[in-house]
Amino acid sequence: MALIRNAALAADPYIELGDTGALPSQDPVLVSLEQWQQWRDELVAHPAPVGVRLTSEQHPEAIAADLEHLDLVALEFPSFRDGRAYSYARLLRDRYAYTGELRAVGDVLFDQLLYMHRVGFDAFEVSGDDPLGDYEDAVGEFGVVYQPAGDDRIPALRLRHARV
Amino acid sequence: MYRYDEFDHQLVAERAAQFRKQVDRRLDGKLTEDQFKPLRLMNGLYLQLHAYMLRVNVPYGVLSSRQLRKLADIARRYDRGYGHFTTRQNIQYNWISLEETPDILAELAQVEMNAMQSSGNCVRNITADPFAGRARDEIEDPRVWCELIRQYSILNPEFAYLPRKFKIAVTGAPNDRAAVGVHDIGLRMHHDARGRPGFEVLVGGGQGRTPVIGKTIRDWIEPEEILAYIEAILRVYNMHGRRDNIYKARIKILVNALGIDKFREMVDAEWQAIRGQGLTVPEAEQARIAEYFQPPAWASLRDIDAELDTQAAVDPAFGAWLKSNVSEHKAAGYAIVSLSLKAPGREPGDLSADKMDAVATLADLYSLGELRVTHRQNLVLTDVRQADLKELFRELVRLELATPNIGLLTDMIACPGLDYCALANARSIPVAQDISRHFTAVDKLQEIGALSVNISGCMNACGHHHVGNIGILGVDKKGQEFFQITLGGSSDQNATLGDRLGPALPQAEVPGAIESIVDQYLALRDSDSEPFLATYRRVGIEPFKTAVYGEEPVRRVA
Repeated sequence: MALIRNAALAADPYIELGDTGALPSQDPVLVSLEQWQQWRDELVAHPAPVGVRLTSEQHPEAIAADLEHLDLVALEFPSFRDGRAYSYARLLRDRYAYTGELRAVGDVLFDQLLYMHRVGFDAFEVSGDDPLGDYEDAVGEFGVVYQPAGDDRIPALRLRHARV
Repeated sequence: MYRYDEFDHQLVAERAAQFRKQVDRRLDGKLTEDQFKPLRLMNGLYLQLHAYMLRVNVPYGVLSSRQLRKLADIARRYDRGYGHFTTRQNIQYNWISLEETPDILAELAQVEMNAMQSSGNCVRNITADPFAGRARDEIEDPRVWCELIRQYSILNPEFAYLPRKFKIAVTGAPNDRAAVGVHDIGLRMHHDARGRPGFEVLVGGGQGRTPVIGKTIRDWIEPEEILAYIEAILRVYNMHGRRDNIYKARIKILVNALGIDKFREMVDAEWQAIRGQGLTVPEAEQARIAEYFQPPAWASLRDIDAELDTQAAVDPAFGAWLKSNVSEHKAAGYAIVSLSLKAPGREPGDLSADKMDAVATLADLYSLGELRVTHRQNLVLTDVRQADLKELFRELVRLELATPNIGLLTDMIACPGLDYCALANARSIPVAQDISRHFTAVDKLQEIGALSVNISGCMNACGHHHVGNIGILGVDKKGQEFFQITLGGSSDQNATLGDRLGPALPQAEVPGAIESIVDQYLALRDSDSEPFLATYRRVGIEPFKTAVYGEEPVRRVA
């Protein structure tokens, strides 16, 4: 498994919190929504970055008020066919103004990377022989988009009229 | 009609190139069939009983003669010399090889066509009134908005993996020829008091196993806000629609579970948050697209009703055709001509490559090169001079495309059924063929008048049986094909679902049962001008039960 973050291969510094809730002293930690809710005060006080991982059954509204405390939100694709996290990503970026790392985890495959990138994901847990090469190919497959989304690509309906 | 600019061309070319790579990866084994399936579906490629089927979009049913020639060419070179026009105004090829599909898509791109999202759990081809821009009863031409919604929905990253498929239909006329009431979103264009257009939005209509007539969620949306409002609906559906059971995954199930008021509240909350931002349609873009839909240069002509009446009196066959297959055009001296793909004994919606070429030629000669595909699986020539009707009629007779049955009993919708489809319980096409052979007398058909007969080979309802005035549903009874009849369905502006008539019948008894129903209607109607549906709504189902099953219907144990 490799992590691509901001279009580059990256090490993953986050440690997943175990069932005991024993926080590592200095390391970044990734917790479930339940853990976040249970140990919120300790996690807010944690000296290193904290991330929350949501399943596709968990709407990001549950953490909307806490986003200032979070450095990472990981959204799970239990199957690549489950498209809920695309909308969750749009909400996190557009509605809740979340600017930290937004990571796609779970069944994250080549043919969905462009869609994920477009809705606002900037980090991806992927596998394969050449994950970065695959990523670059996938997000570069289209030079034209028709609609605004969670990225900075300018849709055709604006470009057409921006031409001089 | 709309023409691609460099952005559209680039996107379609990139899509075709992407699919070529996806097919290569599938053939190399780098993609599993499970991973590949949604990708090929989103390019219109289905695996059917015998081969792959490719469904090519005809955006909102608008087609040029040049495109039709390419469709003929593809039918000849990649299929078995014919194509099948569908209830979504598209065309399907039933005998396609996976390996050749990327080449077909590249060829389609040359004539500004594609198969993007013609299947899969995404927003499908936008459908519309096939008479859009031409019908005399039209309030507003819906095609500009169809094109804007088409572009908005194509490769929309947020909505590529919806819980289930999503169908949008638009009508700009009060007489609904687009069946907007049985779509996930149905849009009706109206004018406000100042004569400005806007949309009434229906949501949660659909057929399939759980037929529902769509409910009005908003009676007025400003046109430039329609994309934002659609996005709000799609987002609520994407997040909250059921994903645990594909038979419960359509938006209609969500709307029914929440109730329309709660659903509206959720959509409105979403809409308020995104209104007035990036999805507001720029005026310049609306104007750019509207340019493509300006009326063609119609000649300044007069209607020639009297002359046509004379011709009809001399040639009753022409008169019958004129009555059922020719519709009023908004320009004086012109007519809209429907080409029936429902000749007796033919497979509804099928057309050979040679006939496609011939129709393309007729479109160039008689109709400014433009055609439409209807959701009732016929073709339309949009701009025929009334003075040319007689000549065109003769040409169409030669091609067996002048059966005078548009809107009549034998103008049946039928799904591909068990002859092609892996889901079907029963063969739809032979039933349609039986009925069309049973009712060949033109006089009788015209005497019966407006009557829709829709046939589905299974409860997935691709043949729209729920909204047929007479619906026929194929069911499996202990390995035997039986047919369940429903009455009173309609997909027009007063859409209703049909009521079950009684026990299912074996195939051989279906044409006779239809005849009994029709005879009962003729006996009961209050005048020649009361159509079947009106009579049915007036008298109810009982007299028709009696007509088919006798005085005391046998209660068979299911």
